[in-house]
Amino acid sequence: MLNLITQRVVLSLVTLLIVSVIIFVSTEVLPGDVATAILGREASPARLAALREQLGLDRPAFDRYLEWLGGALRGEFGMSLARRNTAVGQLIAERLRNTVLLSAVAAATGLPLSLALGVIAGLLRDRVPDVLISTIALIGMSLPEFVIGSVLILTFGVLWALLPAVTVVPPDAPLDVLLPNLVLPAVTLIIVMVAYILRMVRSSLIEALASDYVQMATLKGLSRPRVVLLHALPNALLPTINAVALTVAWLIGGVVVVETVFNFPGIGRLMVTAVEDRDLPLVQALGLLGAALYIAINLGADLLTLWLSPRLRARLLQM
Amino acid sequence: MNVPLLHVADLTIGYRTRDGMVRPVVRDVSLTIARGERLGIVGESGCGKSTLALALLGYLRPGGLVLGGVVRFDGLDLLRLAPPALQRLRGGRIALVPQNAGQSLTPSMPVGAQVAEVLAVHRGLGPASARARAVELLAGVRLPAPQLLARRYPHELSGGQQQRVAIAMALASEPELLVLDEPTTGLDVTTQAHVLDLLDDIGERTGAAMVYVSHDLGVIARASDRLAVMYAGEIVEGGSTRDLFAEQRHPYTRGLLTSALRLDRPVLPQAMPGQPPAPGFHGSGCAFAPRCAFADPICVAAPPALEVIGGDRLVRCHHWRRAATAETIELDPRPRHTRVNGAAPLIELHDVSVTYARRGTVAFLRRALGNPDPPPTVQAITLTLRRGATLALVGESGSGKSTIARAIAGLQPLHSGGLRLGGANLALPVQRRPVDMRRRVQLVFQNPDASLNPRHTVGEILERPQRLFFGLTRAECRTRSIALLEQMRLGAHYLDRFPGQLSGGEKQRVAIARAFAAEPEIILCDEVVSALDVSVQAAVLNLLAELQAERGVSYLFISHDLAVVRAIADQVAVLYQGRLCEIGSVAQVYTPPFHPYTASLLAAAPILTPGRRARAFDRDETPGGPPARGCPFYHRCPRRIEPACAVEDPPWRMVDEHHAIRCHLSLDQLAEPVAATPLSIALGETR
Repeated sequence: MLNLITQRVVLSLVTLLIVSVIIFVSTEVLPGDVATAILGREASPARLAALREQLGLDRPAFDRYLEWLGGALRGEFGMSLARRNTAVGQLIAERLRNTVLLSAVAAATGLPLSLALGVIAGLLRDRVPDVLISTIALIGMSLPEFVIGSVLILTFGVLWALLPAVTVVPPDAPLDVLLPNLVLPAVTLIIVMVAYILRMVRSSLIEALASDYVQMATLKGLSRPRVVLLHALPNALLPTINAVALTVAWLIGGVVVVETVFNFPGIGRLMVTAVEDRDLPLVQALGLLGAALYIAINLGADLLTLWLSPRLRARLLQM
Repeated sequence: MNVPLLHVADLTIGYRTRDGMVRPVVRDVSLTIARGERLGIVGESGCGKSTLALALLGYLRPGGLVLGGVVRFDGLDLLRLAPPALQRLRGGRIALVPQNAGQSLTPSMPVGAQVAEVLAVHRGLGPASARARAVELLAGVRLPAPQLLARRYPHELSGGQQQRVAIAMALASEPELLVLDEPTTGLDVTTQAHVLDLLDDIGERTGAAMVYVSHDLGVIARASDRLAVMYAGEIVEGGSTRDLFAEQRHPYTRGLLTSALRLDRPVLPQAMPGQPPAPGFHGSGCAFAPRCAFADPICVAAPPALEVIGGDRLVRCHHWRRAATAETIELDPRPRHTRVNGAAPLIELHDVSVTYARRGTVAFLRRALGNPDPPPTVQAITLTLRRGATLALVGESGSGKSTIARAIAGLQPLHSGGLRLGGANLALPVQRRPVDMRRRVQLVFQNPDASLNPRHTVGEILERPQRLFFGLTRAECRTRSIALLEQMRLGAHYLDRFPGQLSGGEKQRVAIARAFAAEPEIILCDEVVSALDVSVQAAVLNLLAELQAERGVSYLFISHDLAVVRAIADQVAVLYQGRLCEIGSVAQVYTPPFHPYTASLLAAAPILTPGRRARAFDRDETPGGPPARGCPFYHRCPRRIEPACAVEDPPWRMVDEHHAIRCHLSLDQLAEPVAATPLSIALGETR
């Protein structure tokens, strides 16, 4: 068992290493390097060469990759190009807090909500509550986040003006100042996330309820709640763990759109700015961070599935 | 005791179909079961027996509707009982042993907990005492190391163990009525015999009434006192099991028994014509009329009533008097290939081994750590299949039968040994075989649902091999396909149908037609009739025999069913854990001297004579893999010799030129009967 976990962890680290190579190479291959980004396209070749030498860009790519990777391992990503006097690490740290907070609020509300709604819909299949929940979920899924966000801004930010429409506080604002700005982006995320997960929970619960073992549990004379909670749900939730993990990973890595819509000072917003500013060290750092989170969450989901599913565990251990 | 334990009166149950219609699948069924009685319900797939069985627990599958009638258990109306009262009955006073225990046990819960749950709910036991009692129950159904086993998950148990857990679960609350829905279907014969033994024992010990639902006449003959025969949702005949097997009044019951393959009769039985109607679809008259030899206009016009014809004998037929007195057709044994041993060899396997052991890094690491490779799944197989003959591979699940077929088909590489087709090397993966070699070897699988593409019409399915192997045009294919279908007793109108629109027997005919479309020299038949109903089984076997006589094709016939093999094969190879135990002609293998494994298989096979018990005299738990040395059957053999059988590979004992047994016992020892098995009596009668 321990072997299996080690194997998974090592595999994840290897994946991350490959991702780091891809990130480094792709920023390398892009037309224009850091020197052109700093000096602009009209800079003279002599000044470019001088700057390159100063930044160490004339050294072989492999050496620079190792140096970058070594820095990344220590949490040092160099200085931002767009904001000369700020370390990339510091820029990220400030905004990471905000994004993690946003995601945590969305996940902590959205996960239980989607489980509950999914179970209700699955149990009352094709009855009024299910039709209602499923239809709303379908709408939530089909509308892009920026549409949902804009509708929310229009309704609660402009028409009723209950909450700030867009965030204007600085990234390092204290929590009590930041919190009101967090509500609308979080609601947007919750709507999209709940729609995905509840549909997944609903369909796998329906499948489990139609299984022979649920019929057998019923015919053992068990009460309905017992059948659902002990026999159907544990088996129904297994396939949803990975969907949940993907959604959570999306929450952290892909809140770009939502943060941009609300001008929320998080990682996603920072990413957009970094790309706009051709702030390559920042882009690299954010890319690596996103990949690391994504891989970590998937690893967690795999291990959780393994822990919860004796059958899968046995099959993998045999190999 | 006048009041029956269970009383079903005029029960009609239907299912709502997608088009909103209600199709009755159980019609006007009336039954009574007294305390301690064993009632058998026999019928083919789709006859409504499972729906009826579940209704005895007051349960309807989703979409099911009670259209009329009552189910009364000890005075309680099960179909109108409030949920809490129903919950107390189910699993309490009435318990179910389900059809497929593997799928009926919750995968995420240890089996002990699933048994303990019943005790907690119905007996009000606390967690600790429920757990302790669950272990006792698991021991009671003869499961090894119950303490340990209770903590295992369902997938960690063998099929026989899963079925025993399900039985222990049903017995937990000491029910007054046990409903057994195909309790042994899908189990190996020896395991089946053990489970039936166990159920007999339980019946005697607890005095519980039992309802056995099965398609298997052999199981029913053994396990019931009274019998109800179902056809198209109705009971068509009822009476004591002994009487019913002795003399059938209804043409369907009669046809069912005639078409059943019998271990004690080495003939291909006559098949019943036609096939049962789809569930819920039947005409206005007698549902059996389209298949009945006695049918006349009355049968089509008016449905017959269930008549009492003396004692507890019931029959639903206008013409039962005529049907009962009609002569039984005596069947001649199928002429065996007398020239079998003279015909040219077609497929030759020489010392073939196949392994599923993984290659590459994992295997390398394992070896580096000092762990030897596991012994091959299939080892030292030397067989010759001659032109125009049928060689059967017989054995329990896991005996390597299908692996050998896969190796011949080129789907599984040989580990070592030689494989030849008419003298040419066949030991190539299928991708590297020349097209013509591929044409000469064809396959038919057990389950046509899985082997026929559901999105292709029958015409397209048959066209494929013809275009591939003969380069025919579409029009030419069509003509040939129609001819093929007619040979399979299917008309040209089947060309445009999809597999989903066909019955099980029809699908298997299409699969056979596809194999024959390539004009092969050998067809590998992997359990081709195992999934078919009794009445259809005989028809498909007859078809295969006819096609062989006409075309001179050879069959490698894989089956776990000894009666089927006896009827169709010329030569038999008995396999255990991928090793040959015995090989010879049918006549030789089915008569002494027997390999101990052959003997136990034969003894465990159910017999169509009520009251006679098939006997299991060896242990039925097969070790996980074959041993590296010694006899593979050592662990289960009732006649093993210590220590020779455990450490030395057994020698081949030649009975004559064509019959060989691989055993440490001498031929004289093998010839003496171990015990007076029912089979040897049965065989003695017919020889």
